[in-house]
Amino acid sequence: MVRHQDRKFVSADPEKCIGCVVCEYACSMVNENTFNPTKSRIRAMRIGPLTNLAITCRHCEDPPCMSACPRDALTQEEDTGIIRVDENACNGCGWCIAACPFGAMNMHPEKKIVFTCNSCTDTDEKEPQCVKWCPEEALTFVTAEQLAQKSRAKAVKNLFQMTDAKT
Amino acid sequence: MYAYAGKILRVNLTTGEIKTEPLTEELAKNYIGGIGLGIKLLMDNSKAGVDAYDPDNPLIYMTGPLSGTMGPTGGNSYAVVSKSPATGGVGNAESHGFFGPDLKRAGYDAVIITGKAPKLSYLWIDDDKVQIMDAEHLKHFTVYHTDKAIREELGDFYIRVSAIGEAGEKLCRFAAIINDEFRAIGRSGMGGVMGSKNLKAVAVRGTHDVNVADMKGFREFVKLIHERMKGPATKKYKTLGTPENVLVLNSLSALATRNWTNATFEHADKVSGEWLNEHYVKKIVGCATCGMRCDHIAVVPEGPYKGSTSRLEFECLWSMGPLCGVDRLDAVIEAMRITNEYGMDGISIGVVVAFAMDLYEHGIITKEQTDGLDLKFGNAEAMIALIHKIGKREGWLGNILAEGTAKAAELIGGDAYKYACHIKGLELPGYDLRTLKTAALGFSVSFRGACHLRNGAYSPDVKGKVNRFKIEKGRGKMITTESHMYNIIDSLIVCKFSRGTYYDGWNDLAKYYTLATGIPITVEEMMLDGDRIENLAKLFNLREGKGTRKYDDVPYKIKHFPVPDEGPAKGVYVSDEEMAIGLDDYYASRGWTPQGIPTLERLEQVGLSEYAYIAEKALKENPSPPQAEPQAPAGGA
Repeated sequence: MVRHQDRKFVSADPEKCIGCVVCEYACSMVNENTFNPTKSRIRAMRIGPLTNLAITCRHCEDPPCMSACPRDALTQEEDTGIIRVDENACNGCGWCIAACPFGAMNMHPEKKIVFTCNSCTDTDEKEPQCVKWCPEEALTFVTAEQLAQKSRAKAVKNLFQMTDAKT
Repeated sequence: MYAYAGKILRVNLTTGEIKTEPLTEELAKNYIGGIGLGIKLLMDNSKAGVDAYDPDNPLIYMTGPLSGTMGPTGGNSYAVVSKSPATGGVGNAESHGFFGPDLKRAGYDAVIITGKAPKLSYLWIDDDKVQIMDAEHLKHFTVYHTDKAIREELGDFYIRVSAIGEAGEKLCRFAAIINDEFRAIGRSGMGGVMGSKNLKAVAVRGTHDVNVADMKGFREFVKLIHERMKGPATKKYKTLGTPENVLVLNSLSALATRNWTNATFEHADKVSGEWLNEHYVKKIVGCATCGMRCDHIAVVPEGPYKGSTSRLEFECLWSMGPLCGVDRLDAVIEAMRITNEYGMDGISIGVVVAFAMDLYEHGIITKEQTDGLDLKFGNAEAMIALIHKIGKREGWLGNILAEGTAKAAELIGGDAYKYACHIKGLELPGYDLRTLKTAALGFSVSFRGACHLRNGAYSPDVKGKVNRFKIEKGRGKMITTESHMYNIIDSLIVCKFSRGTYYDGWNDLAKYYTLATGIPITVEEMMLDGDRIENLAKLFNLREGKGTRKYDDVPYKIKHFPVPDEGPAKGVYVSDEEMAIGLDDYYASRGWTPQGIPTLERLEQVGLSEYAYIAEKALKENPSPPQAEPQAPAGGA
């Protein structure tokens, strides 16, 4: 039994992400065996050259996508937090897409049902491939607590004006 | 076919007719894609003597075989080919970013656009659904605002747009087509051709799969290139970037300054890559699918151009910096930004402004003709004001300069031609050809006019592999071999910044191609493709009356103004005698006649016999030996 706080999801560091979409291609390659960003479970946004971020499912504790689904087609895996789509129940109405504040639910261009990040668990890979392929090491497969610790450490270092070299 | 879409789209903007036809495997293998296949389609879809701005001149958008795959740099590319309004010969340029893969996913290896829309329009390619849309409301929009407006009105953030700005609409002969804010189909005036068709933009959304023949092998190869991209082969591009060249070329007396008046710039340190990165570069970003990153995004932190943001690479930094005598990077960044907004070639614009400054300094044009601008070398404000005028074709000078240096010199008359630095009508890029003479030869024989990217001939000079102050036998062969490689690079449309990552050179490129397409190709076959493409481009130029020996020359200033700067390069210039030695050697290495015309045997060897009639006609009109070239003036080194 995995504790809720140990659930991992893919998170992008806004300071490192450059919007190169290698993650999108890696995702469609391993999950769909083709190259097609519209079939990727992670999508990058480049608002401008200085404003880039890749986003995918964060495996929320109380997922708004699930609450929004009128057909109970979405369930959340207890151990991983992954949102599973019942392909027979989903009719592609898109309520979950509207409900997700991160735009992490996607409509599959051919199946016409929704799909989202499975942390590459449906593939032969042991870890999310977007993380492995990211050339900037901007993506990490982390728990919420690890992200908090990272931010906390940064805040403390800033406060004491520590540089990485001194730590 | 794998990787290729297998389809060519034809759009006639006059009649509105839209249709598709298949791409054959034979054509694919013989011309690869990108500029190779593009030049083939240009040749077969145009009539001799048709003006670049005539509706019958086709504007051809090309993807490469790798576009749309995960291949780094190859995955994100496209090219545009047409007859160039600057040279009257082959026009071509490539761009990366995010546009190319969507065009491939929409299902097209090529889009052949002919005719002229009755009013300003844009082409909307939504997979199989292709429409000509009204763009009157986008008239004179900047490239950036055009892109934004089209994505908003079509309602999809991920639509990709390749557009012209005001300069293209106004038929500037060095207008660019730009995608993703600052990625340009920059050289040879393709934006002007687009403008002449009343075509403001091509918007595309592609949702189809792109599949490669050997997914496992391709994946391993891509992983390998990603790893190599983390290493020394791309270090320059990921750290200081190409602006590193400023101090390197300056130390070699090869940094063309004040319109090739000097070969060194006394303020080089203030416009160096080091200075740029320390004071202005805020982030280094990259294109789709690329494992390296090279886009140095510069932001002006303070002063009159505060907030001005632009990508800046060496060529444009040089053309609007040292070449104009400008030592302020804040002004260069602003100049680059507005050049992108108007949609102009960032190399040509600087050369054109520097040309005007040279004329002004020599009293050939007066302050009245510049509308009061004090066009002295080094006047950054005047440079920016003039770029605005050229972009809008405003005033006598702005209007004339939008024609490019070659035509502007004709229009101005008198001694103006002595200061016009172009080859075949295309402005020189950032190397002083007086002190880099392999480059002088290489640039002069480039089929698209002055170009450092047709054969990389500056490289042996800069790296010290040859005596760069001299043209001697053997240089021709050097240029020939490299040009085939460059033709393949631009036909696969991989980025030239990545060329160092193909450790095994031709072997790597051939392997890359076969893994993606499933079409077996040997290194020899691929080299022959590169040779064929070069010969075909030459034939096109000959067909248009722009292909003979007299067009393969360097500008007047390079031949008549010795380097005045103290140092080892003092007194150096390129003489007609050494150009003659170089050209003879180059043509011989290609199996061309001394007039620069492919022999019928050569055409047969490279599989171009169907175009023998062009060579036959040229051979008849230009029998060997060549007519005596004008003698070099007395003096010089």
